Formats: sequence, C-alpha cells, structure tokens
Amino acid sequence: MKAIVNVFLKAGVLDSQGKAVHHALSSLQFNNVEDVRVGKQIVLQLTETNKEKAMADVTKMCEELLANTVIEDYTIELV
Amino acid sequence: MKVSILQFPGTNCEYDTQYAFEKLGAQTEIIWHKSTTIPADTDLLVVAGGFSYGDYLRSGAIAKFSPVMSAVKEYADKGGKVLGICNGFQVLTEARLLPGALKRNEGLHFISKHHHLKVENNENIFLEKLNTGDVVNIPIAHHDGNYYIDDEGLKELEANGQILLKYTDASGEIKNPNGSVASIAGVCNKEKNIFGLMPHPERAMESLLGSDDGIKMLQGFLAS
Repeated sequence: MKAIVNVFLKAGVLDSQGKAVHHALSSLQFNNVEDVRVGKQIVLQLTETNKEKAMADVTKMCEELLANTVIEDYTIELV
Repeated sequence: MKVSILQFPGTNCEYDTQYAFEKLGAQTEIIWHKSTTIPADTDLLVVAGGFSYGDYLRSGAIAKFSPVMSAVKEYADKGGKVLGICNGFQVLTEARLLPGALKRNEGLHFISKHHHLKVENNENIFLEKLNTGDVVNIPIAHHDGNYYIDDEGLKELEANGQILLKYTDASGEIKNPNGSVASIAGVCNKEKNIFGLMPHPERAMESLLGSDDGIKMLQGFLAS
C-alpha cells in the first residue's frame, strides 16, 4: 500500500513560493488564476496492509516529522 | 566557564563558535550528535549554525531526533542555559523547545550580509551586557529565517518579554530582511533559559571582518 502525503502551509500563513509562482503566471498572461499554493508531496511505500493501522501510523509520522504543525497542514491518501 | 557546542552532520559553524567563546576565555567542547549526554560541567550549551542533515525535509526537522536531543531537553528542563544560532534556532523550534517556526525568506533568496539588530529586552540571562534599545551590527546568513508565530502566540511573546532581538536599521528603526513576524530576529522561552536567534554573533568577533559587536553579545551569554 502507498500513502501519499501532501504538506502545505496553513491557510493564513503567507506562502511566498505560491505568491512568486502566481506572479509568474500573471506575467505569462494567465490572468484567470486566483491563488497559488506550493506544497510538497511525500510518497511512502508501506508494508502495512491494514488501512486503519496504516492511516494511524502515517498520521503519527506527519505529526512527528513530515509536517511542522505550527505552520503546515497535511492530507493523507492511501492507495 | 564551559561551553558545549553541538555538532550534527551538516553543522558548519561549530568551529567559529568555538573560536568566539575561547577568545572570551571560555573552555569549549564540541559534542557529536550521537552523544547521549551533555558534559556535567556545561555552563552554556550551544546548538551551532549550519545545515543539519542538509536541511532535508525542513531546516532542523531531522536534527531534533538525534540522540543528543533528549539530553538537551533534560539539560534545559533542569534550567540549563541553551543557545541556538541560525540552524540551531531552527532545531530548537522544531524540537518545540522554543515557540514558533522558521519559514522560507519572504523574497525566496538566501540572504548573507551584515544587518542591524535592536535589543528589545535585556531582562534575561542572555543579553544582560547590552541595554534595551541598543543596536548591534551582526551578520545574517539564512534561507529560512522568516520567523512565524500566530497572533495569539505573538501576544504571549510580547507580554512575557520573550522577544529579545528585532531586525532594524542602524538607527534602530524596523527594517525587515526576510518577512519575519514583527521583524523578530531572536526569541527566548517563557522560563528564559533557552534563546534562539537567526543572526550569527560568533561571526562578529573581529572589527577586521566588519564588526566586533558579537563580543558584547557573547560576553552576556557567559555572564551568569
């Protein structure tokens, strides 16, 4: 099973990279973009087969290491 | 006076830090991150600057799990004096020993230059050799020096006198190089025995190199 973790700065925390990309898109005349957030994706190949256990484990990984919850939110998708 | 200096894979300011404190007469020891103890006679524990674990994932995120960090927590819990410089500051926030977090600089550039700082509060064991309102010239060198804390946290820092340094110009007016909340350059914990700052006072020990304002700051760290 794979766990796909997406980490983004929390809403309300200024995302300078997102702002720079938004600005660059505007320069390219893509004027229909309202907002850009840049985050990171971490893909974990798990040996765990139980979905609930995997979700609990990956949540713990996010809380302890993969995200800094002072400034970042995360989402987990199991596939 | 004994200063113990932590060294992680990727730390690169440990010898500058050692030079600076030895210049002030302190005895120093560099502690490899695999150590599980801090020397018992340590008067000041320094988490030196650099790029611990290559800054992979986030600056300081992986260093917080090094074996030595449990000993650092224990040392700090007992009231030991802990100082984090640059990446050391990032490590201390990641380890939740200091409030807030360090984000990518607002301009997305690595900034390396001399910058002025204003002492916001000297009622602590770190900056007692300086006066509140003093302006010092200390270099900065960081990519992730943009200090962030939410509004509630900021109020708490202000109420407790935990904001020790702000980025300013030479006259003491706010001049923010990296977008940090309230132009914060350094904060301490509530108990005031842990202090983290992004600028590098250990690089301002010789007027030949542009400033020796680091001397007075580091003397304060050794004072009590």
